[in-house]
Amino acid sequence: MNKKQQKALIRIILAAVLLVALHFVNVEGWIRFALYMIPYLIVGYDILRKAVKGIINGEVFDENFLMAVATVGAIALALISKSGDYTEAVAVMLFYQIGELFQSYAIGRSRRNISDLMDIRPDYANLEQDGEVSQVDPDDVEIGSIIVVSPGEKVPIDGVVIEGTSFLNTSALTGESVPRSVTVGDEIISGCINNSGLLKIRTTREFGESTVSKILDLVENASSRKSRSENFITKFAKYYTPAVCCSALALAVIPPLVSGLALGTGFTWGTWVYRALTFLVISCPCALVISIPLSFFAGLGGASHEGVLIKGSNFLESLSKVRTVAFDKTGTMTKGVFSVSGVHHSSYPDEELLRLASMAEIYSSHPISKSLREAYDSLSGGAPVDRDSVTDVEEIRGKGVLATVEGRRVACGNAQLMTMVGAVPVDCHQVGTLVHVAIDGEYAGHILISDQVKPNAAEAIKALKERGVTRTVMLTGDSAKAGEHVASQLGIDEVRCQLLPENKVEAVEQLLADEQEKNGGKAKVAFVGDGINDAPVLSRADIGIAMGALGSDAAIEAADVVLMDDDPMKISKAIGIARKCMRIVYENIGFAIGVKLICLILGAVGIANMWLAIFADVGVMVIAVLNAIRALFVKNV
Amino acid sequence: MKKTYKIDVDCANCALKMEEATKSTEGVKDAVVNFMTLKMKVEFEDEADPDEVMQEVLKNCKKVEDDCEIYL
Repeated sequence: MNKKQQKALIRIILAAVLLVALHFVNVEGWIRFALYMIPYLIVGYDILRKAVKGIINGEVFDENFLMAVATVGAIALALISKSGDYTEAVAVMLFYQIGELFQSYAIGRSRRNISDLMDIRPDYANLEQDGEVSQVDPDDVEIGSIIVVSPGEKVPIDGVVIEGTSFLNTSALTGESVPRSVTVGDEIISGCINNSGLLKIRTTREFGESTVSKILDLVENASSRKSRSENFITKFAKYYTPAVCCSALALAVIPPLVSGLALGTGFTWGTWVYRALTFLVISCPCALVISIPLSFFAGLGGASHEGVLIKGSNFLESLSKVRTVAFDKTGTMTKGVFSVSGVHHSSYPDEELLRLASMAEIYSSHPISKSLREAYDSLSGGAPVDRDSVTDVEEIRGKGVLATVEGRRVACGNAQLMTMVGAVPVDCHQVGTLVHVAIDGEYAGHILISDQVKPNAAEAIKALKERGVTRTVMLTGDSAKAGEHVASQLGIDEVRCQLLPENKVEAVEQLLADEQEKNGGKAKVAFVGDGINDAPVLSRADIGIAMGALGSDAAIEAADVVLMDDDPMKISKAIGIARKCMRIVYENIGFAIGVKLICLILGAVGIANMWLAIFADVGVMVIAVLNAIRALFVKNV
Repeated sequence: MKKTYKIDVDCANCALKMEEATKSTEGVKDAVVNFMTLKMKVEFEDEADPDEVMQEVLKNCKKVEDDCEIYL
């Protein structure tokens, strides 16, 4: 609790104690009035002052005004009717203040919770100058400076490691708990926490341009893009309060006049004025006004903790309505790196063929050679390779490599190379690049190298369908064979192949039009890409989702939702988070408006008194705020 | 020029009032008050002196909501 809240708490306790004590004091008339005014003013002086100020500044119809009119009215009624029942007015003010205190405390707490989640802002950088290290403001570090990051510290600025090796904890950025290893020459992004070794980094950006600044900027500005629900509430509150005030006035004046003049049953002013005042107390729109933005804020905060950055409440709202998802292939559904996916028609054991091929290619720098070596390394567990047993290496441009490995003449390359050495290559029915291998002039099989589907991509598509996504479409620039292969492997409904970037935009426009026709624009179309070459598509879709965005500025700029790592499961997770948040928002809108309406009716017919009214007001607000905070917990969505 | 200030204010509605008051202050091009992060982003007119303008902004904000604070 801060000072203000403590002060409010003391005032509430003091007034409550006085009110209870006064209950046992038996005095009448003006002394009684004066005594009851003490707790009333203690607890409500600021409300009265604000109400008066509001009227002077032309800001009528705010909640201070409502509470002031209701309580002053109740006191006046008690004076006029000489009932001496001031307790009600004081209690109403008291409970109102309790509600305000709770609200301010709850918001403070969730604010802190969320900022803890996003606690990636570095406070300082250790700048190395002339062999000496000094702590400076990250803003003052120039590009190309050397900074030192000790274990346990945050990396303050993007850069390249020039000394040391370590493991980085990226969980604050990506939600991924497995540490990432870095060594000399690796690029390093700010916001990670250095887990183990001392690192020296040469900065490549200014602090303001670094990843951490961009992410914080994005998160902090997210809640200023208002969703339709929030705009609805703002508008609702604008009309609601004056409307209730007018009905209260009507309630106070019309029924007594009707009963007095037309029915001749006497003017029952007291009853109806009391009911009108009850009306005013119920009418406070606080529960709505505070809980809706709070739900969005908590939802955005919870999402960013899971590595899903959503650029605004409006996008959160659209994301919850996604029914069609279009994907890019390379880098989104596939790893975007080429690796060995199979060994076929081999007359040797698969591992042996791979070993011979990788040794023959040992001196080659071609990406395919690299993937062969990586595949063998992972099979053998990184066993040392005897380079000396590879001799007479002959690289034939555009065809492949010939080399003598352990006394055998190995040819690795395309079909042309096979024909050249007198072997008969066998073609493959699968998609990818083929490396044929011949040993001593005999065809020994081929190794298929292809871009691999991400291990959990199929699961991710399934998860999307379980979330109610009815149409999944893959857009790719790749050949029909490759595209259809991946789509069927993953269970994607449709595939559009050989698309140039501008064709992808057209394809997404087609999907938008289809959706418009089918659901009248209620359901949304999302496009998921890796941010490379597809910025126009990202911005054309209702929701552009960029994945694997860590360190890619273009994607962060163009997309509406940024997935910090490249795990496709996060797509359905993001939709799940959005749904949960929107469900909470609707619950709060329905609950708050519903309870208020019921209480207003009960108040109008005289069933609800002012006590019930204040409980309806404060109680609804407390429940709505607690419900809103639920949006923060999205780990298992 | 844009600058960000920390603020303190109690309710969302009051934050909105502060935003309006700031926007209508002379020398301010645009302003956004974020209640949830308790921050205020002010964009100044080119020739304006931020420090002077912010004094006026504070005065105007106090007028609409005297319980607010801007940490200059």
